[in-house]
Amino acid sequence: MSNIPSDLKYTKDHEWVRVQDDVLVIGITDFAQGELGDIVYVEIDTLDEEVEAESAFGSVEAVKTVSELFMPLSGTVVEFNERLEDEPELVNTDPYGEGWIVKVRPNDMTDIEELLTAEAYGNEIGA
Amino acid sequence: MKNLALFERHQALGAKMMAFAGYNMPVSYSSITQEHQAVRERLGVFDVSHMGQFIIRGKDALNVVQYLTSNNAAKLAPGKVQYSCLLNEKGGIVDDLLVYQLQDNGYMLVVNAANIDKDKAWILKHITPEQDVEFLDISSRTTLLAVQGPKAAQALQSLTKVDLVNMTYYTFEKGVFADCENVLISATGYTGAGGFELYFDNKHAEKIWDAVLEAGRDHGILPCGLGARDTLRLEKGYCLYGNDMNEENNPYEAGLGWITKLKKATPSIAQEALMAVKTDGPLKKLIGFELVDKGIARHGYPILEADSGVPIGEVTSGTKSPSLGKAIGMGYVPTAQAIVGSTIKIGVRKKQLEAKIVKTPFL
Repeated sequence: MSNIPSDLKYTKDHEWVRVQDDVLVIGITDFAQGELGDIVYVEIDTLDEEVEAESAFGSVEAVKTVSELFMPLSGTVVEFNERLEDEPELVNTDPYGEGWIVKVRPNDMTDIEELLTAEAYGNEIGA
Repeated sequence: MKNLALFERHQALGAKMMAFAGYNMPVSYSSITQEHQAVRERLGVFDVSHMGQFIIRGKDALNVVQYLTSNNAAKLAPGKVQYSCLLNEKGGIVDDLLVYQLQDNGYMLVVNAANIDKDKAWILKHITPEQDVEFLDISSRTTLLAVQGPKAAQALQSLTKVDLVNMTYYTFEKGVFADCENVLISATGYTGAGGFELYFDNKHAEKIWDAVLEAGRDHGILPCGLGARDTLRLEKGYCLYGNDMNEENNPYEAGLGWITKLKKATPSIAQEALMAVKTDGPLKKLIGFELVDKGIARHGYPILEADSGVPIGEVTSGTKSPSLGKAIGMGYVPTAQAIVGSTIKIGVRKKQLEAKIVKTPFL
């Protein structure tokens, strides 16, 4: 069964969002990493760029598939978890911790209220 | 969608399933990387019962096989196997296949699941009423398990009296296996890790599957899916039909000149076409490459000339090699540019990544 921490926000695209001061930490959910299987590469091609909500900001590649990562809300990508360059498997082993993917400075922090709660996300994936 | 005889076993093991060639197939059970490593280092078992098997027998069986396939089946003897291509008259590859000589005048052809109907129609179309040949499609009643990895012979020997340890690559024997009669044990595979492929009637499927997992337990066996099968074959540079070759490619382009014999007593349907290719040289060639830049090349991504960025071909297979830790791939480029050591680029989404043409196998 997938782990869905109750203190995070979620998207239908299987990303999680944690508020850390004035930035948002973003990663993919336990459910998503389980579906993708072994992550072998994480590519973020939008560092320091402003990206609109629901636009792609990068991709995660498993052995057999590539999945795009979509912005949960509009903002600027301010940091990429560089450890993933050499240890992409952290996304599998610790999706909500060491396997975080980017930090984003949102244009409007209140947009976060639009995101899914843990319960709503759980319903989304039939957990 | 068809289910394999072992569908319930796969479900019980928690396999991720995927539709492939009309079958509900296991993609992976634990993780593709773990399954891949198990096969390279120890042992894995794949249910590849979606593959097709045809029996061709009768006085003219050899002539039919010789006419439709690229390799020289006259070199076979009962107990021997040969890799070959099913050809059309233009020299295009209708399928790649294994040819087993079962007895005098009797052969088994093992073909790709997606091509079973096409191959059958193609073969039947070329059997004339005067020929003494019987054709049987035993695909739907045959289970095929590939038990692959360096521990295969040691692990499976307890299940049969057939001498597995000394069985030569590309030979086979029929015998009793896990108390089941009439199991064809073949020293072949699609992983490059050594091991056996077991062909038998569906009615034995669960018994043999369970026995293989049990016999392999002390050797660290893992059930493996199509995901690991694909990364394993690609590291060895083995072609996948539909990706790395199709009817538009001839065997010389696909690097399969070594199984293309033009001096057979019964020449193939493609004799003239392939003679011309051999004389003039193929226009393009399947190459292997490694990415120099970070990233992964996938099927369908463009191959670009390094300096100009002009497209010269397409990636036909690509993955991150679990054993090498590098992104590898294959694709067709014009013969003049198919030079080992030279630089190409791969278009990966918005970027152009540098890659180097290398010899295959990669591993």
